[in-house]
Parts: sequence; C-alpha cells; structure tokens
Amino acid sequence: MTELVRMEGIDKRFPGVHALKSVGFDLRAGEVHALMGENGAGKSTLMKILSGVYHPDEGRILVDRTEVAVPTPRAAQDLGIGIIHQELALMRDLTVAQNIWIGREPRLSFGRLDEAKLNADAAAIFDAMHIRMDPRAIVGGLTIARQQMVEIAKALSYRSRVLIMDEPTAALNDAEIAELFAIIRKLKAEGVGVIYISHKMDEIKRISDRVTVMRDGAYVGTVEAADTPISTIISMMVGRELSDETAIIPDLSGAETALEVSHLSRGHELKDISFSLKKGEILGFAGLMGAGRTELARAIFGAEPADHGEIRVHGKAQQIRTPADAVSAGIGYLSEDRKHYGLALGMDVRANIAMASLPRYADRFGRIDEPELGRIARRYIQTLSIRTPGDRQELRLLSGGNQQKVVIAKWLLRDCDILIFDEPTRGIDVGAKAEIYRLLNELAASGKAIIVISSELPEVLRLSHRIAVMCEGRLTGILPGGASQEEIMALATKREGLAAE
Amino acid sequence: MTLEDTTNMSEKQVRRGAAQQKLLAFASLIVLVIGFSLASPRFFQIDNIMSILQATSVNGVLAVGVTMIIITGGIDLSIGTLMTFCAVMTGVVLTWMGAPLLVGVATGMATGALCGLISGTLVAKAKIPPFIATLGMMLVLKGMSLIVTGTKPIYFNDTEGYTDISTGSLVGMVIPQFPLPNGVLILFVVAGIIAWVLGRTVLGRYTFALGSNEEAVRLSGVNTDRWKMAIYALAGAICGIAGILISSRLNSAQPALGLGYELEAIAAVVIGGTSLSGGRGTITGTLIGALIMSVLTNGLRVLSVAPEWQTVVTGIIIIVAVYADQLRRRSAN
Repeated sequence: MTELVRMEGIDKRFPGVHALKSVGFDLRAGEVHALMGENGAGKSTLMKILSGVYHPDEGRILVDRTEVAVPTPRAAQDLGIGIIHQELALMRDLTVAQNIWIGREPRLSFGRLDEAKLNADAAAIFDAMHIRMDPRAIVGGLTIARQQMVEIAKALSYRSRVLIMDEPTAALNDAEIAELFAIIRKLKAEGVGVIYISHKMDEIKRISDRVTVMRDGAYVGTVEAADTPISTIISMMVGRELSDETAIIPDLSGAETALEVSHLSRGHELKDISFSLKKGEILGFAGLMGAGRTELARAIFGAEPADHGEIRVHGKAQQIRTPADAVSAGIGYLSEDRKHYGLALGMDVRANIAMASLPRYADRFGRIDEPELGRIARRYIQTLSIRTPGDRQELRLLSGGNQQKVVIAKWLLRDCDILIFDEPTRGIDVGAKAEIYRLLNELAASGKAIIVISSELPEVLRLSHRIAVMCEGRLTGILPGGASQEEIMALATKREGLAAE
Repeated sequence: MTLEDTTNMSEKQVRRGAAQQKLLAFASLIVLVIGFSLASPRFFQIDNIMSILQATSVNGVLAVGVTMIIITGGIDLSIGTLMTFCAVMTGVVLTWMGAPLLVGVATGMATGALCGLISGTLVAKAKIPPFIATLGMMLVLKGMSLIVTGTKPIYFNDTEGYTDISTGSLVGMVIPQFPLPNGVLILFVVAGIIAWVLGRTVLGRYTFALGSNEEAVRLSGVNTDRWKMAIYALAGAICGIAGILISSRLNSAQPALGLGYELEAIAAVVIGGTSLSGGRGTITGTLIGALIMSVLTNGLRVLSVAPEWQTVVTGIIIIVAVYADQLRRRSAN
C-alpha cells in the first residue's frame, strides 16, 4: 500500500509540559490506523499538528513522500487532510448543504448564491458515500450520528485523502456505530486513509488495521490490530513504573459510613449506581472520558439531580434536588472546571472563600462582618499555604493550584465533611500536584470523607483507599487500593452486552 | 505570560484600574463643567446648578436601581414605565381614595417592589432572558398605567405637601444659602443606601457574584434564584421612589410618560463605567454618569444649542465613554 502521511521526530513543548517527545506516525492509503493512549498521552496534540492547529517545535511531516509545511488548518485542507472533532463544529440553524460549503458557496452574478448547485454538489458527495441525506435538511434537527455524516461529507468535500476522527462514536448507539463503520469501510476501499482516535477496545478490533499506542507524549509502538490481544494493547498504554505512587491505606473497619448511594439513575448517563463511603476514606473514581463520573458527582451534589435512587448522608436519607440541599447536608463539590463552576475569578480570595458561608457572617441587616472574614481568609491562606499577596487579591491572578486551594477553603469553611473532587489537579503543575495530594491525605486523616474523580490512573492509584471504576454510566466494579492499572482498564472498557474477549 | 508571572502581579494594579475608571468619568464631568462655565457666565450660577441637580434626581434614582440589576449581568427595560405605574398607583391611593401621604408613598414603593419581583421571577424561575422579560413588562406596565387612569393624568392638588417631596428643601430650611431640593437629597440618600448594600451586605456581595459567575455561586449552595428575585424587587422599589419624585415635581401622575426613561438611566450607568456584562460597577460611577448627562443637556441649552442637537451629543458621549473604557481595559491587560 502507498504511504500517505509520515510524521517523523515530532517534538512539541507547551509552558511546563513536554507534550510530544520525538513522536513518529505513518498512514497508508486505504487503511484505518487507530491511535490510542490514556487521556493526556498526546494523541490530540499530534493530530492538531497534522491538521495545522499547532506547529511542531521539531520534526518533519511528509505527505506523498514529500516534506510539507502545515502552518494553518487551511493548508491542511489543501493537502487533503480533514479532521472531524469530537465536538462537532456545525452551524445548527443552517442546512446540510450550507454547512458543507460554508465559505465556498457557488455564486451567480451580483453576489447571488447558487443554491441549486450548492444542494446538487452536496447530494453528489452523499451519493459517493452511498448514504441517503437531504441536503436541504436543517442540521440542528438531525441526530448526532447524522450530523457526524455531515462532518464527514464536509471533510470529503475538500477532497480529503486523510481523515482524522477523534472519538467519533462517543455519542452514538450501536446501530449508528455500525452505520459509521460501513461508511469508513467504503472510504477505505476508495483509498482514503483514516486515523481513528478512540478509547474503546472492541471498536479498535472491529475497524482498524494497525494500532499505534502513545504514552506520556512518547511513541510506544505500532502493532497489527488483527493479531494483537487487547491485554497487550492495554499494557502498552499503561506500562509505566509506579515507584512511590501507591496510597497508604488506613484501617477503616471501625469508621462510620458517611455517604451511601443506592440505585442512582439518570437518563442514559447514570445506570443504577450504588456505593458507600466511610469517614476518613478516599474513594477514587476511575474511568475513561464519558464514563459518567462527573455526571455522578453532579447528581449527588444536586447540580443535575438524579431521576431515581437514594442518597443517605450519615445514615439519614436526604432529598437532594439543588446544590443548596447538598451543601446543607454537608456535601461539597469541587468541579473539574474551576473557572466556570468553582470560582468568581473577578472577585477576591476573601469573597471566594466566604461564598458558601456568607449568611453566617452577617448580622440581621445582612451586613457582612468583613474584619472577621478577613481573619478567616488569612487563616486559610496560612493553613493551606495559598500563595497570594493577600486576601484581597483577585482570584484570576492566582495560579491554578492556588485557585484550587481557595475552593477547598470555601468548603472547609462551610463545614462540609463529604468532599467530591473532580479532576483535582487538572491544569496544575507537577509541584503543586504533590501539595494537593498531601492536602487530600490530611483531610482524610482528619475524618473527611473524600471522593476523587480522576482520568489519570497514577493519580487514582496514589490517592485512593478503594477504586470505583465506571464505564458508560455503569459502576463496573470497586477494586481495593493498590489494584493494578490493567485491572482498572479492564473494568473501564467493560461495555454492556459485549462479551470480554 | 505564565501563571507564575500573573501571581506576582500586584493587587495595587487591579485596584488602580478600578479607580482609573471612576476617575476618567469624574474628570470628564469636571471638564464639562469648566468648559460650560467658560462658555457662558450663566452656567455656573447657584440657581442653574440646583436646576441641574434637580433634573438629575429622577434619572439618577432610576439609574441607581438599574445599576444593581446590570451588575448581576441582567438588564431592566421596564423601569421607565414602572416608574409611571408607581406614580399612578400613588395617585390612585392619595387622590381617589384620599389616603394619608405616607400610605401613598408606601403604595408607590410597594407597587414597584411587586412588579420588580414579577420581573425577577420571570428571569430567575421561568429562565426568560432579562431583555425579553422586562421588555414584556415595559409594555404591560405602559398599558396598565393608561388603563387604570383612563388615559387621563391624576393631579395631586388635594394632597397637602406632595410637591414638597421633590421641590421643597429641607436643607434650605437649615442653610438658606444652599437650597438643595429634596429630590436631590432623596437621590443622595438612595444612592448612599444602595452603595452601602452593594459594598457591605450579603445581598450586595451576591449581586457582584451573580454577575461574575452565576453557576459557581449556585454550585456553592447559594439559592441564586431567590437572591436574583430580591435584587429585581429592590430595584423595583427604587423605581417606585422615582415615580413619587417625578409625580411630585409635575404635581401629577402622567400616564403617557415613562417610555425612554429606561434608556436614559441605562446610559447613565454605562457612562459611569458599569459593565453591561456584569460583575463590575459602582454607584458613584452611576451618579457621575447621570450628572454628566444632565450637565450636557443643561449646558447645551444655556448655550442655546437646539434640543435636537443635544440628543445627538448625548449619543456620541455614550459611545465615546464606553470606547474609552474599552481602551483602558485593553491597555490594562
């Protein structure tokens, strides 16, 4: 088979992160080449370089054995490289054909649009894909799967010979996946090369010819999909040393149960989830992106309440319909997206720490006791070693790790003894991470019950006393602390209704 | 800039930014006053200054109320017609029912608070965008004023002392050389109270927090809907005060009046440096903004500029004020 793309020695650094370490990759005409790795392994960065979003610091890209530069997404399109992002980038209120030809509309005289040609050209692409689609349909009214077809058609309209698909099945059901795979096979037959990014093992086996695994920004290896067992691919993905990264698990046999969740369900996102959490325990939640861990946290916290199920806090059943209910039951939630859901960045450290507890520091006219709040804020700044010039510093001027500590202080001041940390170290540099870990351990040792949701397995292993694993909205198992990464990955990819190989 | 660098950015720089913004508006006001004083000897006379202040009182009170709503990231287009509706209800109670003055004043404010609460409920509970919810309320209230009065003004001739609410002068009784009209005194008292509420109370803190990041506030366990409704209700009550002021000055509740006042008030807020995207704003800024607008109107009139040109100038001033603020922000980042 002829080689379409070759990437050699691609190196990329971001401030504080060595994102890609001399990575190589190649794609042949008419093959599906799966790119795998944990979150943060560097897959997306590599593909953004190939599609002209990022520029590599070092290395070369060859298309058709000729070295090329890909300075912009437009240049990538001209080279025949199309990318379909996980988040579809379509204009919902325009028609299918208008979306495909946006910015390149065929014109008549006086700047009039040639709608007839627009629709006919779109129809021709769908004919070539052998699918039925009305070019005049409004995109917003289509299912996610159909919208994805529009994205593929759009990519093909640039005469793409290389198609990058980032987690294309994340929002599809089984029938839709089958339809997508049928299209991919047709494209293959026509000589298009497909780079397929996915976490789902069974799909990789079904659709891909070769698999390349990345880990921590480095190339691990490339194997034939057909004759490589899934367990081999998993160990390629996780195979890093675990020196001093395991948790010290305290004896909690005598500890009271702080939180008990039974049969929690919501739509398709959460399916019959039950678990319990003791005082002083750190329960880690592992799983791949979209497994439903954040949704579970938000359901327990009342941000998006569950449809069914019971939540008991310290043995008492609680009706949690709003975050206010959860907070008064003593549950605090630290969102993965601090900037949007955790902090008022334009306000100062003191106001943010007090955000959940203000009425307690106000008199009957609602007047805030500012000197007292100042004392409290300075106390937390000291005990949590928040690095800030003072308690009146605006939050946006603090680093990610220090912002996270401010959120922790907010919940500690509110006397929350059940704390849910969603990706507690996302966007935080290595040094500050260790400090957050130490803080979490201290909080647990002081009797707080803690849930840690993390996509980084070493983080889960380093912190958790027990590890709950989710896959597609279900709790697929709870492992004791110190379980192996392979055990966790096996549970994290255990899809419903699919026999393990 | 890396995170470490921003951490070291001093707190003073931020405070200086906020102070600069207010200073800019204040400096423009001073420049205007000096300019008009040089251009016409009639401008800087105590009578003229008092009439500028008097002309500021209604717009100022409305602007102070809507400042709170704008800080939450919302908007209220119904304040002008609500002001009129409150005046009408005060007239109904005082003139038609012959109730005592205090009851009339209380009715005006209660009407405002109730209508504000309705707007707040539409915004917070029904999740209707503030622009639409209050646009609807604006038209409803305009109609209600005409319906209640049968399109005829209600006069306050029988209510002893009603006009004194706005045009009398408590200050003048103490210091005869300085006959500050009561309407202006009321504006300063209302502004003082709201500045205190915004700066010192839980309600004020949540007003800024809602505009800064509403979802983060909700996820802190705060009942954001209830606070938002309270803010709209308080702003409504302030519209009630404006209604009493204007009807006192005109000695009548004019049911056809009101439309357009909301835009003048919002203009004052914007000139005063409050961000329409929420989270930032000051009452002093709003007061300065309202003063700039009435100084302009008055000054241009003293210079015998045609009224149709006055609105053109006001429009340009609004655009220049916001553009200057944009420039300042860009250079601060």
